[in-house]
Amino acid sequence: MLIIDNLKATISGKNILKGISLKVKPGEIHAIMGPNGSGKSTLAAVLAGREFVEVTEGSITYLGKDLLEMSPEDRAKEGIFLGFQYPIEIPGVSMVNFMKTAVNEHRKYKGLDPLSASDFLKMMREKKEMVEIDSKLANRSVNEGFSGGEKKKNEIFQMAMLEPKLAILDETDSGLDIDALRIVANGVNKIKRPDNAFIVITHYQRLLDYIIPDVVHVLYDGRIVKTAGKELAMELEEKGYDWIKKEVENHILA
Amino acid sequence: MNGNSETTEKYLKLFHDNIGKISGMSTPFINSFREAAFNKFSDLGVPTKKDEAYKYTNLNLFFDHDYASYFIPNKADFQKAEDFRCDILDLDAHGIVLLNGFYPTINGKLTQLPSGVWIGSLNEAAKRFPEIIEKHYGKYAAGATDSLVHLNSAMASDGVFVYVPEGSALSKPVQVVNLVGGDVDSFTQQRNLIIVEKRAEFSIIICDHTLSPNKFLTNAVTEVYVGEAAHFDIIRVQNEHNAACKVTHTFIHQERNSVASSNNITLHGGLIRNSTYHYLGGAGAESNSYGLFLADKWQHIDNYVNVEHASPHCTSNQLFKGVLDDMATGAFNGRILVKPDAQGTLAYQRNNNILLTDDAKMDTKPQLEIYADDVKCSHGATIGQLNNDALFYLQSRGINKREASLMLMFGFAHEVIQNIKIEPLRERMDNLVMQRLRGELSRCASCMVKCG
Repeated sequence: MLIIDNLKATISGKNILKGISLKVKPGEIHAIMGPNGSGKSTLAAVLAGREFVEVTEGSITYLGKDLLEMSPEDRAKEGIFLGFQYPIEIPGVSMVNFMKTAVNEHRKYKGLDPLSASDFLKMMREKKEMVEIDSKLANRSVNEGFSGGEKKKNEIFQMAMLEPKLAILDETDSGLDIDALRIVANGVNKIKRPDNAFIVITHYQRLLDYIIPDVVHVLYDGRIVKTAGKELAMELEEKGYDWIKKEVENHILA
Repeated sequence: MNGNSETTEKYLKLFHDNIGKISGMSTPFINSFREAAFNKFSDLGVPTKKDEAYKYTNLNLFFDHDYASYFIPNKADFQKAEDFRCDILDLDAHGIVLLNGFYPTINGKLTQLPSGVWIGSLNEAAKRFPEIIEKHYGKYAAGATDSLVHLNSAMASDGVFVYVPEGSALSKPVQVVNLVGGDVDSFTQQRNLIIVEKRAEFSIIICDHTLSPNKFLTNAVTEVYVGEAAHFDIIRVQNEHNAACKVTHTFIHQERNSVASSNNITLHGGLIRNSTYHYLGGAGAESNSYGLFLADKWQHIDNYVNVEHASPHCTSNQLFKGVLDDMATGAFNGRILVKPDAQGTLAYQRNNNILLTDDAKMDTKPQLEIYADDVKCSHGATIGQLNNDALFYLQSRGINKREASLMLMFGFAHEVIQNIKIEPLRERMDNLVMQRLRGELSRCASCMVKCG
């Protein structure tokens, strides 16, 4: 589904990603962990198409297409969803209008007619229930005045509405209390199907108690330095990142 | 004489040539203002960019032109205005149509609505209700330092008159459709007087439209009296073509515990200057002044607000926003004057603007003068671009960049629109703003009047 090959990227001339290779197949959940500043969010930004990151080398193939050639909106319509670490507040744009526009853009792309107002509202209602989001949130402006937890739940709600093939959740767990964390994780588990995939970027293992990854990668200094099964997350929780750093340094010295 | 003397001369001559005709139509009381007003105008001249209040607006572009002037209403024109009588789509309102500043004479010049409310021609009201006119006319605009207010007092003879008696309220608003039209370039002046007595409630919507492609200059003065504990809303919707210039001066005088809101929505127009003066003349009064404009091409939109806190424990709030595309220019000047006795004043002002191109330009100037010490006052102004993070957020959900930009601009504008209390009008304005942003708004599309 997704093949990242030797991806290198810079922000304002500074090397952030220094050669990342990663393969994601349908039905898989990949966790990307790593200390602060290792390049996790930059990787998410590249996948979603943010312009401030400049790809200098390597390639990303998504469903057989060159992802780097696609606009952010086309990536979304091809099924990529980014759950933002810091969702943006957009005063004056209602959640209903926002989601209606987005859903209908997706439908147009697939050659489908726009949803009728009643079908759309029905869909909103179902998805709200599915991800346990407070239905009042949907009547407000996009993220405006939402608490940290509400913003993250709103990301999951949008993901449920857009039914992506590949969802990238960028530190969706940061700043969440345990109840919100459970709601977010439940949302992911309900949306998960054999034909879609998730990349869960997280600093802590906590979220992975609820979302069980198939593969765990450790990103450090712009490279994936370790890849293993879900037990790696447990190990990181126990020992922290220092032993990884040491391993990497020893490896470089050797 | 100050100002641009050559331009001013044209208007002095206009006065001398026509004052006989004008006075012949008006009552002695209204005529009693003319000479003093003319002298003030003559002293000050047409404002230039040297005048602080017009620093960013070049009126000469429109004032230095030979217009035919419309002083005497023509019966045939009124028939035309009658033909344009309101056919309001989804807005349930009492309609009035004015042509070139005059009230049509065919179907009665004054109408009594339910609850004893009178609406109609100011000129006619001056004859029929002299005691009301004498109590209010010319009183609230008297202190104006803007020469164009005096130019209006010197020569205007008609406009809208509204009288809302004590304690009464209409179930629906009054909508005034101001049409300017004709086969020649014209200069028109209009004078409105709205009186909302104690504990009464009243909403008025004024729509400014151009009917023909000629060059037009309009100089309109509106005086409003809002009595004790009364509620008043005025919403102005401007949609004129690029060869039209509209200068409006609105004076809202408030008594104690009254609430008044003004909302100027400029969808389209060549050069527009809206001056709104709020006078908080009684304790506990609240005033809200809102404005939104969408400008493109060579348009220039200038909003001037003057809020005078003359009494204690009053609240005022200003929110003005602008979206400027192409080479459009705009200005905002918001003055808050807190007089020594106005303790316990709360006064807020905010002005936000979005420039869509490098060539668009906006000047914004807060002006706070505070002479009381127990005052809470704040102001803020921004001039910027669309938020890139917000744009990307929308794009990342599959919304293309153009549509995402439109949504952001709409959201920006909606903050002003949402203050319109009349729901069908609010929805309608949302739609018009969206159409305008999409570039789909024609003169007729926005018109609530069904044009020929």
